[in-house]
Amino acid sequence: MNDYILDFELPLKKIEEQIDELKKTSYRTGIDVASSIEALEKELLLKKKDIYGTLTRWQKLQLARHPARPYSSDYIRLIVDSWYELHGDRKFSDDSAIICGIGKINSNSVAIIAQEKGRGTKEKLKRNFGMTRPEGYRKALRVMKLAEKFNIPILTLIDTPGAYPGIGAEERGQAEAIARNIFEMSSLKVPIISIVIGEGASGGALAIGVCDKLFCMENTWFSVISPEGCASILFRDPAESKKAADAMKVSSEDLLDMGIADLLIKEPLGGANNNYKDAAKSLKIAFLSALDELSELNSETLIYNRIAKYDKMGHWLDCNE
Amino acid sequence: MPDWFRRNTKNIQTYSKRDTKEGMWHSCPSCRAVIYQTVLKDNFFVCHECSFHFRITSDAYINLLIDNNDYQEFSKNIVSSNPLNFTIPKDYSSQIQETINKTNKNSAITTVKGKINNIEVILGVMDFSFIGGSMGSVVGEKISRAIIKAEEENLPLIIITSSGGARMQEGAYSLMQLAKTSSKLARFSEKGGLYIVLLTDPTTGGISASIGMLGDIILAEPNALICFAGPRVIKQTIGQDLPKGFQTSEFLLKKGFIDNIVERKKIKETITSLIKVLKKR
Repeated sequence: MNDYILDFELPLKKIEEQIDELKKTSYRTGIDVASSIEALEKELLLKKKDIYGTLTRWQKLQLARHPARPYSSDYIRLIVDSWYELHGDRKFSDDSAIICGIGKINSNSVAIIAQEKGRGTKEKLKRNFGMTRPEGYRKALRVMKLAEKFNIPILTLIDTPGAYPGIGAEERGQAEAIARNIFEMSSLKVPIISIVIGEGASGGALAIGVCDKLFCMENTWFSVISPEGCASILFRDPAESKKAADAMKVSSEDLLDMGIADLLIKEPLGGANNNYKDAAKSLKIAFLSALDELSELNSETLIYNRIAKYDKMGHWLDCNE
Repeated sequence: MPDWFRRNTKNIQTYSKRDTKEGMWHSCPSCRAVIYQTVLKDNFFVCHECSFHFRITSDAYINLLIDNNDYQEFSKNIVSSNPLNFTIPKDYSSQIQETINKTNKNSAITTVKGKINNIEVILGVMDFSFIGGSMGSVVGEKISRAIIKAEEENLPLIIITSSGGARMQEGAYSLMQLAKTSSKLARFSEKGGLYIVLLTDPTTGGISASIGMLGDIILAEPNALICFAGPRVIKQTIGQDLPKGFQTSEFLLKKGFIDNIVERKKIKETITSLIKVLKKR
């Protein structure tokens, strides 16, 4: 699963190859190489800590887009005790780029709204690479309203390169669908916890991301536009994406510093792609503890706090003050 | 024309086309008709030949709507800081300062309280000339304050949009303005507030995906570009040309996303009659 090597991971690959080579030699010749292997494994661990402890924004973004990264369907599978998927927006169709359903997590009823990119060509096409269409957002809203009616908390998993920019999507009111979700989510009477698990691109992500608590997995990005989009508009050159990522401060840590994210969820060493189970476990723990906290609040307080939270976001100079 | 090429004696001067006093003549971008400034102004900056609606400033819209141009502007002195210290390819702080000097506006939206045919309203008008009318923290905050004011004083809220979307130079803060403004609108709506939005050319991205599509009544000027993803982005994605008239006001009307198209000269009477019907006593 993890054959995909990013450029900054090449030094690790080299050490791993050396270890493999030693093991093979030992098997062939019978020479004891245990001590050499041990030394190399130590070196590997140190190197890993070094590399993954000092990732640049761009490198984190590469991990966020890693083809072996756990997707929503993986997380759902690993965190629920029971699960039933619900389809369709009752208006036009069923958008597979977004998974909606209800189930139980540790005896808590929960509704999950999750963007799904799909693994492998066939699945990617089915999921439209995680690019949601208006009917996807409307399905999400329908299920969130259902959750509100039955007083069930909502978990949303954000992972999208953006809302789908296509003719049909525009014809069916992509802007209206996104605006409606943001509007409605801001006053839903049940707790909403959103977690960025990969990419969080712009309105396409926010349309399922208006929440009481926003968490980011460690190797993720979330911003107003993708670095590539920003680079092609501001720099007139998509090759400047790295600079754009730095300039817009798109990483999970930045979001935490900006006061937009409430928590950064640690990933296993080397990224969530190395260990789905541990990544899902951390996500589940974070979700359940937030749920505990939010369950104490009545719906008026919940909505009041939610609107107040967004009210504080942004920076300006008031020359009258 | 270089200065050394000009004659500078008092009685004989050199003129070139560009020297024509700025704004005396306008050429219609749609039908190429040449229109004299005062004629254009008398016709609300609409081409008398083909009804093309020129882009106009927030001042012009306020003048068009508010009785005797008598209004109080509020939140005027909120200006952008540079929260992300965005400096490339252009220093954002200097860009803001240059734009303030050029447009004589402090931000991409002007918010006022005034009367429309004797009905008191809160009015916000965006300026496309201010960094593409983009929404960052300041525009978000000003819209937010306008909604609160309308709520507190129990007045109808009218917003005239023209915007390329959210402002990239403020990153995720800009994105959060969609939630900040829309959540205030939700509360305003819950309390029975009336919100009328007029979409003008262009209204795209983060503005159409928030305040633009959330009006109790959504109106649009003729032939305005209104969309989420711009035509260029879609063309790049699907690799083919777009149908004629795609993403115009007329297209949105046909698809069911706006209430009606209103010509500029009828904006005031249309809004007046709508408020008269909908306003609670």
